[in-house]
Amino acid sequence: MAIIEVKGLSYSYPESAVPTLINVDLKVEQCEFVLMSGPSGCGKTTFCRCLNGLIPASYGGTFDGTVTVDGLSTTEHPVYEISQRVGLVFQNPENELFCTSVEREVAFGLENLALPRQEIRSRVEEALSLVGISQLKEKSPEELSGGEQQKVAIAALLAMKPKVLVLDEPTANLDPMSANSILKILVRLHRESGVTIVLVEHRLEMSAPYADRCVIFEEGRVVLNGSPQEVLYSEKANSLGIGIPQVVQVAKSLSARCGFEGRPLSSKALAEMILGAKG
Amino acid sequence: MITFKDVSYSYTPGAYALQNISLIIGDGELVAVLGENGAGKTTLVKHINGLLKPQSGSVIVGDTDTKKSTVANLARRVGLVFQNPDHQLFAETVEKELSFAMVNFGMPPEEVTKRVNWALEEFELAKYKEKPPFLLSGGERKRLALASVLSYDPQTIILDEPTTGQDDRQKTRMANLFKQLNSDGKTIIVVTHDMEFVANFIPRVILISKGKVLAEGPTEEILTQKEYLERASLLPPQLVDLSWKLSLSKPSISFEKVTSEALRMLEESRR
Ligand SMILES: Nc1ncnc2c1ncn2[C@@H]1O[C@H](COP(=O)(O)OP(=O)(O)OP(=O)(O)O)[C@@H](O)[C@H]1O
Ligand SMILES: Nc1ncnc2c1ncn2[C@@H]1O[C@H](COP(=O)(O)OP(=O)(O)OP(=O)(O)O)[C@@H](O)[C@H]1O
Ligand SMILES: [Mg+2]
Ligand SMILES: [Mg+2]
Repeated sequence: MAIIEVKGLSYSYPESAVPTLINVDLKVEQCEFVLMSGPSGCGKTTFCRCLNGLIPASYGGTFDGTVTVDGLSTTEHPVYEISQRVGLVFQNPENELFCTSVEREVAFGLENLALPRQEIRSRVEEALSLVGISQLKEKSPEELSGGEQQKVAIAALLAMKPKVLVLDEPTANLDPMSANSILKILVRLHRESGVTIVLVEHRLEMSAPYADRCVIFEEGRVVLNGSPQEVLYSEKANSLGIGIPQVVQVAKSLSARCGFEGRPLSSKALAEMILGAKG
Repeated sequence: MITFKDVSYSYTPGAYALQNISLIIGDGELVAVLGENGAGKTTLVKHINGLLKPQSGSVIVGDTDTKKSTVANLARRVGLVFQNPDHQLFAETVEKELSFAMVNFGMPPEEVTKRVNWALEEFELAKYKEKPPFLLSGGERKRLALASVLSYDPQTIILDEPTTGQDDRQKTRMANLFKQLNSDGKTIIVVTHDMEFVANFIPRVILISKGKVLAEGPTEEILTQKEYLERASLLPPQLVDLSWKLSLSKPSISFEKVTSEALRMLEESRR
């Protein structure tokens, strides 16, 4: 069963002359890992806000179509109910952090769920150590570096253990190894606990090999929707100016120059194909 | 020239954010500052426009010791684009945001208009001219923050994570602009985690780790050294990784070089 079902979704912000989302249809199955991308300003963040009901509830505007998450229509159920199922990490997490310490920040959402104290404590510890920021727990979020703040927002999301994780450029301020380890955590949650993941990224090289599907937006519409291979090797993706990984570009150049047939997404896969050809 | 002489700084006593940093960035350089989260990159660059003053050592920008100057004084020469654009944007409209600094610096109105129009085009913000900055997308806000600094034309430009929220086309456009400004003689310092951006566009790299300078040098030389990368929590650009996995004798960040090596290997194996 689809855990996210979006049908005929069109949306305009208040006082906006042009619609930001136009007739979007999209299904995400339970346990799927969907990678989303598209040019700056194409509507990715707006789409994420629709997934937990922030749009239209907090933004107003003109909303058409339906968004159903885990069986709940986002226009018929309040945001707090939807957001227990869909956790969202915002693009600019610093603006969402308001508690006096990292520990309290991560505990905040759990306290609102009225969980027992012991459960809250253990979930906070677990989330902090998973993300690698246990040593920062007493610090105030405003005393952290940009990347550290982003990690706090991710830890707060993970502690909530929602069925669906929506992450809007979560690695933008992370150093590459941290970005990789966050991605590994997501992959593990997805594979071992069946968590559904919607990940928005401009840099696709790291995440594409793990995604089940890749969805590309352009000017408010879904223009590509398929396996990462199909999408990243398509002509359309190339012409959109999104971040086609270097490995894909090397493979495409090899295919043009000597009829190479592989469609690797990682340098490991490409290297194996080249070395394998040696036999 | 920007000179750091034995600079140390801590926000909380006992924990150094910068420790004994000595460093020279020459006039007209285009250089990237890389390093793990919390390494001290933002702290370092805030010393260049005087937002932070060294607790020991000194930072000299041109002929000015930042300790003896004010941010307002340095700002005309050193433009800093913040990591989080929301720390910077405050005006009612995109257009006002762009003109604010220039008006403040007393530029003639015709000049202000000309530059605002340039920025609106260059950063593809023209259609948002009348819009409040906080209603823009993440990438658009970042570009606006960049545009509002670049448009007043400071001699030294520092960009803290300029590529976040940008698609490839925007990044390439940005890189071309940096190159052009650089060839006009501007000093450009880019703090970033975007290894592909650095590999493709920036000739020199300074690696910071745990508040210290770990290494500096030409991009290809630094980014092909496993040990440095690991110590600064970096991962190689994909082409370097591919070079390693193919055991190339000369790992490279050049698309042409790596691709032609791969091609040679494929052709050899077919013979
Ligand atoms: N206002 C502050 N008060 C206290 N400590 C701070 C403050 N700002 C930064 N720090 C600490 O100083 C160290 C360096 O921070 P800085 O912001 O310079 O790192 P950075 O290299 O820019 O990291 P990132 O890549 O995550 O942006 C970190 O350990 C951080 O926690
Ligand atoms: N609160 C808002 N009110 C009015 N317009 C908005 C608002 N937020 C975003 N927009 C506009 O809607 C369009 C889509 O914005 P959105 O933030 O969804 O883009 P995005 O794909 O996430 O871009 P980026 O990659 O730059 O983050 C943009 O043109 C933006 O200016
Ligand atoms: Mg966005
Ligand atoms: Mg920083």
